[in-house]
Amino acid sequence: MSDAQTQIPVTVLTGYLGAGKTTLLNRILSENHGKRYAVIVNEFGEIGIDNELIVESDEEIYEMNNGCICCTVRGDLIRVVEGLMRRPGRFDAIVVETTGLADPVPVAQTFFMDDDVRSKTRLDAVVALVDAKHLPLRLKDSREAEDQIAFADVVVLNKTDLVTPEELSKVEATIRAINPAARIHRTTRAGVALSEVLDRGAFDLSRALENDPHFLEAHDDHDHHDHDHHDHEGHDHHDHDGHDHHHAHPSDIHDVTVQSVSLRGGEMDPKKFFPWIEKVTQMEGPNILRLKGIIALKGDDERYVIQGVHMIIEGDHQRAWKDGEKHESRLVFIGRELDAERLKTSFQACHAA
Amino acid sequence: MPTVAPLDLEGHCLAAVFLGDVPHFALADGTIHRLDHGHKTVQANDGLLAALHDGANDRLITGGEDGKIFAVTAGGNTAELATAGKKWITSVAAGPQGAVAYASGKIAYVRFADGKTREFSHPRSVEGLAFSPKGMRFGVARYNGATLHFPAADGKPVELEWAGAHTGITFSPDGGFVVTTMQENALHGWKLADGKHMRMSGYPGKVKSLSWSAKGKWLASSGAPAAIVWPFSGKDGPMGKAPLELGTRGSAMVTSVACHPSQDVVAVGYDDGMVMAVRFADAREVLLRRPGKGAITSMMWDKEERRVAFGSAAGDCGVIDISA
Repeated sequence: MSDAQTQIPVTVLTGYLGAGKTTLLNRILSENHGKRYAVIVNEFGEIGIDNELIVESDEEIYEMNNGCICCTVRGDLIRVVEGLMRRPGRFDAIVVETTGLADPVPVAQTFFMDDDVRSKTRLDAVVALVDAKHLPLRLKDSREAEDQIAFADVVVLNKTDLVTPEELSKVEATIRAINPAARIHRTTRAGVALSEVLDRGAFDLSRALENDPHFLEAHDDHDHHDHDHHDHEGHDHHDHDGHDHHHAHPSDIHDVTVQSVSLRGGEMDPKKFFPWIEKVTQMEGPNILRLKGIIALKGDDERYVIQGVHMIIEGDHQRAWKDGEKHESRLVFIGRELDAERLKTSFQACHAA
Repeated sequence: MPTVAPLDLEGHCLAAVFLGDVPHFALADGTIHRLDHGHKTVQANDGLLAALHDGANDRLITGGEDGKIFAVTAGGNTAELATAGKKWITSVAAGPQGAVAYASGKIAYVRFADGKTREFSHPRSVEGLAFSPKGMRFGVARYNGATLHFPAADGKPVELEWAGAHTGITFSPDGGFVVTTMQENALHGWKLADGKHMRMSGYPGKVKSLSWSAKGKWLASSGAPAAIVWPFSGKDGPMGKAPLELGTRGSAMVTSVACHPSQDVVAVGYDDGMVMAVRFADAREVLLRRPGKGAITSMMWDKEERRVAFGSAAGDCGVIDISA
């Protein structure tokens, strides 16, 4: 990410029809934040703002011809981004709105797998809008709703005024069960501070975990909350998760098929850890939606951060360990059909002697 | 020694062409610049996305963010030929008898010289367009292959299948072969007589520029540290034959190729702005332009075979005179 200065940040907005994507987009386009956004949408639809930089594009998912079924990209985005980037002076950032049923993975992978796109832009964050009232129903009838949450860096839990505090807590616990690493904001009318969804650097290895200093710490649910927002009564999600991070969190909540596996350990032997993570992502890639981690490597005085989407993994040194900071490794996998015990055992075997 | 007449513009140049004997440069903002007793400018599209030289009519066909198609002729005359709504025009092509084709989303349009248009819908996006040099036939590059239409007649299109995303398309000058560029670093070809496949792979980068040599004997391509030039003189094209690698450089990638109109020579443009001319027979190289500010995006030889117009991604364009 050495060219981060010149790369245009891209925010991906996912969420079902009616979750509030258009409301949020209209705010991004109209609020006085001093930045100009190019917006790529599937249909001009209800965006009520006249802006020459709203581009309508047909979602076009292409499998890469390399024998890997999870290597998919959005072909239309490659073309639109290429076109936009020929005149980069017109905007500061790009927002991609996906259709309600969209799989967020090809969108994200486009920014890693296409050399041209990657050289000019960087994926900033995937933001999922969730309708607090209808999420339970969506989870019943589709896998996409779950994927969108599992894949998100930021979840905007919208329309909280349409549910009771108890329902809200339950919905939030469900989101947390699907994705323990996402930041959740409770809102009405998509009223989240734009700084919480734009320019997050969630895929920037040097920033991603700085935004989230308590990444995967025990009791981390508190730190993921957006405390500026209301409706905070009913913090009963501790009953569901948050304490035992060494266990997978599958389906204790009905209709959830995504699970997360959180691993913690001490200093790792780089000669064991890197072959292990390569192998895991090669073998389990199709089942892994996201992975994120901070790794303490034996004999290395810098923190190593790692992230992945399916079979794509990236890692880099982030910063020096601080004085007195515990040299601890933390890693979370979010996906399906993950063998938590095996991951845990094989991860533990990577410890430095 | 070749001399360069520079034209420093602001912005990405999509097409550097000669209209008449005047060099024209089409930029991404939709301005068309020309060196015609001084630097002159006209505006075509509001945002240019695709531009192609129509040799038969000596005009530049453009499509843009405004959903419009323009024809630009020598002297800076622009005429709006068509509009396809609010969506971007992503590809344009020029065919026989003044026909043009353009694509927007999943629809390819053909506009005949008399102004009539026909629409061809596809299940997936139309990625690339090209007319066959013979007969009223055009090809669409699409996901998992190419589709050939006969716009002047009714009847079923011909489907050419090959897994993967095909992004651009060209017909050989004799109409016997179709070659596509792909999202992966490869070309794919079909011999139309029998549907035989030709895989042309091994590129380190995506192929974005193709150029047929005189009489279609060779197909030059970008996407590598050399111009990769495939032999098409045999009846099965390049099958079982190795390509020429011309103008190889250690630290730069070829981004644009333009074959000489009559001789087996190719102008090769690199990502650092350098331009060389290389002869096929002995791979002899002549430096035409030193590195500049941006990657070479487009080149064209003039009819007198004396000058090469070039455009770059950074706007440092110009005309090389090799006879000086």
